[in-house]
Amino acid sequence: MSKDELKNYLGQHFSEFSLTESFDFTELHVPKENILDVLKQLKESPATAFDFLFCETAVDRNPALELVYHITSTQYRHDLVVKTVLEDRENPVIESVYPLWTAAELYEDEIYDMFGIRFSNHPKLRRIMLTDEWVGYPLRKDYQDDKMIVK
Amino acid sequence: MISMIQYSDITSLIHQTLSASLSPVATQITEIILSALLAFIVMIVCVIIMVYMERKVAGFMQMRLGPNRVGPFGTFQVFADVLKLLLKESFTPNSADKFMFNLAPCIVLMVTLMALAPISWGPGLVMWDSNIGILFITAITSLSVIGILMAGWSSNNKYSLLGAMRSGAQIVSYELSAGLAIVTAVILSGTISSVGMVESQADGWWILKGHIPAMIAFLTYVISSTAECNRAPFDLAEAESELTAGYHTEYSGMKFGIFYLNEYINMGVVSIVASTLFLGGWMPLHLPFNNEYIQLFNHLMDFIPSWIWLFGKMFMIIFFMMWFRWTLPRLRIDQLLKLEWKYLLPINICNLILATAISIFGWHL
Amino acid sequence: MENIENLNNEQLMTEEFVINIGPQHPATHGVLRVEVTLDGETVKDILPHLGYIHRGIEKMSEHMGYKQSIYLTSRMDYLSAHINNHACSLLIEKACGIEVPERAKAIRLIMDELQRLTSHQLWWGSCAMDIGAVTPFFVGFRDRERILDLFEANTGNRLTMNYIVPGGVMRDVLPNFVSDVRDVIDEVKSNFKDYTKLITGNFIFRHRTQGVGYLTKESAISLGCTGPVARASGVQCDIRKLYPYDGYDKLDFKEITDPGCDSWARYFVRMEEMKQSIHIIEQLLENFPEGESRTKLKGVLRVPAGEYYQRVETARGELGVFMVSDGSTKPYRLKYRTPCFSNLGAVTAIGKGLKIADLMATMATIDLIVPDIDR
Repeated sequence: MSKDELKNYLGQHFSEFSLTESFDFTELHVPKENILDVLKQLKESPATAFDFLFCETAVDRNPALELVYHITSTQYRHDLVVKTVLEDRENPVIESVYPLWTAAELYEDEIYDMFGIRFSNHPKLRRIMLTDEWVGYPLRKDYQDDKMIVK
Repeated sequence: MISMIQYSDITSLIHQTLSASLSPVATQITEIILSALLAFIVMIVCVIIMVYMERKVAGFMQMRLGPNRVGPFGTFQVFADVLKLLLKESFTPNSADKFMFNLAPCIVLMVTLMALAPISWGPGLVMWDSNIGILFITAITSLSVIGILMAGWSSNNKYSLLGAMRSGAQIVSYELSAGLAIVTAVILSGTISSVGMVESQADGWWILKGHIPAMIAFLTYVISSTAECNRAPFDLAEAESELTAGYHTEYSGMKFGIFYLNEYINMGVVSIVASTLFLGGWMPLHLPFNNEYIQLFNHLMDFIPSWIWLFGKMFMIIFFMMWFRWTLPRLRIDQLLKLEWKYLLPINICNLILATAISIFGWHL
Repeated sequence: MENIENLNNEQLMTEEFVINIGPQHPATHGVLRVEVTLDGETVKDILPHLGYIHRGIEKMSEHMGYKQSIYLTSRMDYLSAHINNHACSLLIEKACGIEVPERAKAIRLIMDELQRLTSHQLWWGSCAMDIGAVTPFFVGFRDRERILDLFEANTGNRLTMNYIVPGGVMRDVLPNFVSDVRDVIDEVKSNFKDYTKLITGNFIFRHRTQGVGYLTKESAISLGCTGPVARASGVQCDIRKLYPYDGYDKLDFKEITDPGCDSWARYFVRMEEMKQSIHIIEQLLENFPEGESRTKLKGVLRVPAGEYYQRVETARGELGVFMVSDGSTKPYRLKYRTPCFSNLGAVTAIGKGLKIADLMATMATIDLIVPDIDR
């Protein structure tokens, strides 16, 4: 589907969620409770068939944490960005999308490592980049480390 | 055999000098010790040449020069390496089984050196002239697997154990093919004694006289013995890019030096045995025809001393083994064992039957 | 001592044991630790442990200006250094609306494709070495040296070039660049037959790679694999064809896919890609444009606020750069979606049930560069 067709489709089927435009992609903003259902629908519906998760990352928007999913379809070659916001900074928990795309396993490990977002239903959430005893989540904006970071 | 001084002159001279001053038993013991030392020294010299040869051959096959700094054309490289190994600390891992850990390299070296006993080095020059020499060699070389398994187990290292297990399976399988190839040569010549084997080739090497079965047996013997020595393409016991060093990972210093030495002595022994069985040992190239020009050729061949023939053949086979190593990739354990049990062994058995038929009907030259 | 007849089946079973492959290991090509649970020679479970070379590139980029953070990308996948720099430069040019002169685009593409060639040559040598043949390593490096000499003469560096910058390339190429590249390409083409004789046609090599390391198409898509790993499972994912940049749409080249799904297919795809790279370079040399090699930019770059994403095709797959900018001189969040990070998932998926020698052959053909995984 072309970009406009995709926008119309999303406007019809996901009318309760807001759509915005970034420079390259259309963005769908979903509240965190519905994220797994929405992504499941986007993946399994034959009209969209988003079967390829090519990037999953998080951005620290003070004070909330934002989770960004970049998905694309190998069949139709259209892309979409799905975003969700986690308000609770102290204890952010969200459902893992590992059941949909196995690629999410490593991406979510890294997000946990760097931002502290916990994923439920993840097969084995662990710190992959930093050592297991590390305290703190480096990519957050309020991370303090006088030794390592040069300002 | 035309030569200035016969080997038998030297040996009888030594025997007379010793028996003049010592009792017969002491003479015997002294002779045994002297001959063993001499064989050991000859093998060490061969190993020095082999190590240098390996590095130069590897270099030239990989479009580079190999060692060329230490000494003229890098000839002192081997001495430098040996000195380095001697000066290194040979430590034993804390939780290793110390007795077996230290014993394993000795067993492996001892077994390989014992195989030198019945080999015929020249006319009248043999350490132990028995009439079961070749059977003895086959039996003794099969004991090396014990040393390798001991080394792998006592290192207390999972990689070493994996390497030793692989090596054990490989050596035990390929002994069968090697043994059958030896039996083929024995059937063609009719003797198990190594001296008798060489002398039966006085009118021509078995690889020429025995034509088809001898050539097949020679090829299978070289392939099987490359596998016995854990050389590429069968070197997964010490596969560098998989297990770091296999069964001798934990060995350092001179203990590793002994394993390294043993690999080359093993190659030397196997090459000498191959040349004794199929290429005539120290016997010059004689062609088995009755033409007067061919007889003239045979006489000319006699002018080249026997030690040049023996060591020339040995180093030629060693060169082939090195050539394999630097060209071919490695076989996986199941492919290796499949090669042996499904291909080499049936070929060998058929070849043996063919050799028996040829021998009975006298269809060899 | 119990009587052996009284032992039941459980007590006589063999045990699994766990070994660590790495972090120092000749086959992992970098500091990667793979914890393998073995039952005899068969792999039962694989767990990769990363982070040995994690340098915090994403965090560092947040404290550096846009132009400076590009230099960190050369060190991510150092065998695709030009291509990584290219990705960042394209992103900034897209965001700031900078036009790049035609000559700069042609130079960038030639450097990219030459870099792809060197990467595949090194991969070929080390793949053969992992399978056991040591000589091809030297052959691969010998051929690579000619291209690296070319890089050194034109960019000043052999490994981390930092040559492709926003606006074009750092400085113009030497006057005899076109003829130099033609000579190098001719030499590489004639050396291809060595590759066939040594490895591609080798019976033992084929048996070690054919039928080994099977990755189905659905698995490849679900794991997010890109590059030759996915193309060898039949997925069409060449970014140069799907989202062309800097003039790839005007060039004639084939996307190589192979439905084989095994290690041999991955090997074959990369060998054919080398030939396609040579074809692309020849086309670029035909009509090499004159002109400027760089658009002048302000000293300190300021990117308008927003979110941007740029994808390029490195030698290993799709590199995606995701940037969140708040309008200041430093990026707010810069995320690199590196190809080897997702391809590592393929190692875990393929590895279960293989023999350990096959695991090495599989990792060799998946071609991981560990700094790319850890950033």
